Amino acid sequence: MNIQAADTNITTDREPKMQARRVNVFYGDTHALKDVNLDIYADEVTALIGPSGCGKSTFLRCLNRMNDTVASCRVKGVMTLDNEDIYSKQVDVVQLRARVGMVFQKPNPFPKSIYDNVAYGPRIHGLARKGDELDEIVFTSLQKAGLWDEVKDRLDTSGTALSGGQQQRLCIARAIAVNPEVILMDEPCSALDPIATAKIEELIDELKGHYAIVIVTHSMQQAARVSQKTAFFHLGNLVEYGDTVEIFTNPQEPKTKDYITGRYG
Amino acid sequence: MNTYIVLLILLALSVLNFTLGKKRVLAAVNGDMAGLHSLPNHYGWFAVIFSLTPSLFILFIWMVSHGHIIDTILIEKIKATYGALSDFEINVHLSDIRNLANNDAVSVAISPELREAADYYDKLRVNSFWAAALLAFGIMLGASAYIAKLITPTLRARNHIEQAVRFVLVASSTIAILTTIGIVLSLLFETMLFLQHVAIDDFLFGLKWSPQTALRADQVGSSGSFGALPLFAGTLFITFIALLVAGPIGLLSAIYMTEFASDRIRTIAKPVLEILAGVPTVVYGFFAALVVAPAIRDFGTYVGLDVASESALAAGLVMGIMIIPFISSLSDDAITAVPQSMRDGSLALGSTKTETMLKVLLPAALPGVVSAFLLATSRAVGETMIVVMAAGMAANLTANPLDAVTTVTVQIVALLTGDQEFDSAKTLSAFALGLALFIITLCLNVVALYVVRKYREEYE
Ligand SMILES: Nc1ncnc2c1ncn2[C@@H]1O[C@H](COP(=O)(O)OP(=O)(O)OP(=O)(O)O)[C@@H](O)[C@H]1O
Ligand SMILES: [Mg+2]
Repeated sequence: MNIQAADTNITTDREPKMQARRVNVFYGDTHALKDVNLDIYADEVTALIGPSGCGKSTFLRCLNRMNDTVASCRVKGVMTLDNEDIYSKQVDVVQLRARVGMVFQKPNPFPKSIYDNVAYGPRIHGLARKGDELDEIVFTSLQKAGLWDEVKDRLDTSGTALSGGQQQRLCIARAIAVNPEVILMDEPCSALDPIATAKIEELIDELKGHYAIVIVTHSMQQAARVSQKTAFFHLGNLVEYGDTVEIFTNPQEPKTKDYITGRYG
Repeated sequence: MNTYIVLLILLALSVLNFTLGKKRVLAAVNGDMAGLHSLPNHYGWFAVIFSLTPSLFILFIWMVSHGHIIDTILIEKIKATYGALSDFEINVHLSDIRNLANNDAVSVAISPELREAADYYDKLRVNSFWAAALLAFGIMLGASAYIAKLITPTLRARNHIEQAVRFVLVASSTIAILTTIGIVLSLLFETMLFLQHVAIDDFLFGLKWSPQTALRADQVGSSGSFGALPLFAGTLFITFIALLVAGPIGLLSAIYMTEFASDRIRTIAKPVLEILAGVPTVVYGFFAALVVAPAIRDFGTYVGLDVASESALAAGLVMGIMIIPFISSLSDDAITAVPQSMRDGSLALGSTKTETMLKVLLPAALPGVVSAFLLATSRAVGETMIVVMAAGMAANLTANPLDAVTTVTVQIVALLTGDQEFDSAKTLSAFALGLALFIITLCLNVVALYVVRKYREEYE
């Protein structure tokens, strides 16, 4: 599938990792997303911002088809991963989700040991043939998630016994372990204290070289700190999308300006 | 004038108390609610509770005790009139006196003494009623007057009502607990009596169950044998067959209902499945006896097997169907209770619904599922109707599902139907069996609770 750059106002010489074109999403009669066009690039962090209920989570969940689990949800338009339509019939959702991982707002480790939490994905996808290969995956994932030093002595204690911030990093490790290409994060820090938040932000910064990252956040500072691209949603519309520096210093749309300067709730 | 009218008057008075209490306290603050400690209605209820309760209590005491007291007085009188009599004769006199007072048929000619006693009885009855009624009214009025003094804007009526509510709650649960203790104690007591006839190891480990005892000492086989092992074996065997049926079907249908069925199917299928739990067990019983057992026997004859017309298999199969809803609906609850975030987490890692079910949801729901199985088991162990009708009476010690077996519950029914001496070993053995059954199900329930507590997953 090849989408003409002329379709949109987005011009770039790089090939996007994921693309959304004319995406419309409905929950029953609710029109949650309206004609959204967005590109997501590898080795970059894309932040989605906007007031509550504007459709950020909805958009994020379209990217790995988690919306399939919502019975009333219909998605129209085109979404691609490496130029392949992820909503076409040939696509295996299970494989798609292995390539596009997700971290949720509230940390949701399984009530299993820390080790089993991280090993869950690799086991399901048969990524390790031998026990020590699995050990290796668990080790590198925890290391990348910046959690290894804190948990290396208690890998067999329950993941739910960790602190909130540790749990969230465990969830990130769990997502990394299946070796995804894109990681989606829906307000990953909203349940965490400032120190845990700083750790996660640091982590996102380190991860961005390896994965395309899309993060939903309500914190302007966070968007400004961690992202290279920012998309501002309002009432289901994508109002403005561009380089984070541009958006925060020189927004084109008055609505964007109002929102980031805090004049809009 | 009778008790109901007294009750009605008391109620009417307390309604009056309600309005008065409310009015009085409002008047005391000139209608300014801010000056009250509690809401006006609280003062009303305060007046009702503390005037009605003591008067009702008096009435209640009278209702349960006056018959006995009057009888005692009458018996004294009878003894004084007729001299020493046997208990039986005293009772005859008593009932004659009562019958005469009520203008019912009397067993002897009406003598002047009898007439006099009946009149005396009537007088006692009427007087005690009036005494009780007047006492109740007096207390009502006294309490009302006292409460009228008590009710001031600073009275913590709301807190007092809270106390009263708490008392009612404590009383209810005490009744429930005491009843349970009473039942257990009576089982224990009768079992002790039984164990004077039969040694405990003969009862628990004996292999032969034939409880008939002779009615007269000169009959043959005057002492039965009370080895309950075949009964427990039969119970466990049938329960095992039932679980083999209900376990997989119940669990799999719970899984289907929670995770795979569409909303439409779920809204129809779940209630239908739960209707199974509402079918009276006697219906299952004749279904087992008239349909399943003959079908199994016919099939057995067809393939050349020797099948009893009442078989463990028939009873077990039908009992299995009966306990499906227990397993499915409790497992369903347990699986549904696993937070959505667990499903999302697993699906987002690229696992299928089945993998999510096997690796995340079932382990997380395991305590609930285990306790569903244990509760279904104790249901099956205690089930009577189906086995009475379909499993037979023969106390065989067998592992062949095509044989007739019998269970503890069936034997209890058999022991107690018909005319029985109440203190024979045969009758008393029913209590021993009941106690044993009670202990088994109690253990199952305790284990179920323990499993749930111990392995309750903390999802957060
Ligand atoms: N499962 C659902 N069923 C029906 N409507 C939904 C569902 N999920 C979201 N919506 C609706 O879609 C719109 C967008 O919701 P969405 O969750 O994407 O907002 P959001 O931008 O993520 O908000 P927040 O910042 O509060 O998380 C809202 O109007 C919401 O009511
Ligand atoms: Mg959201």
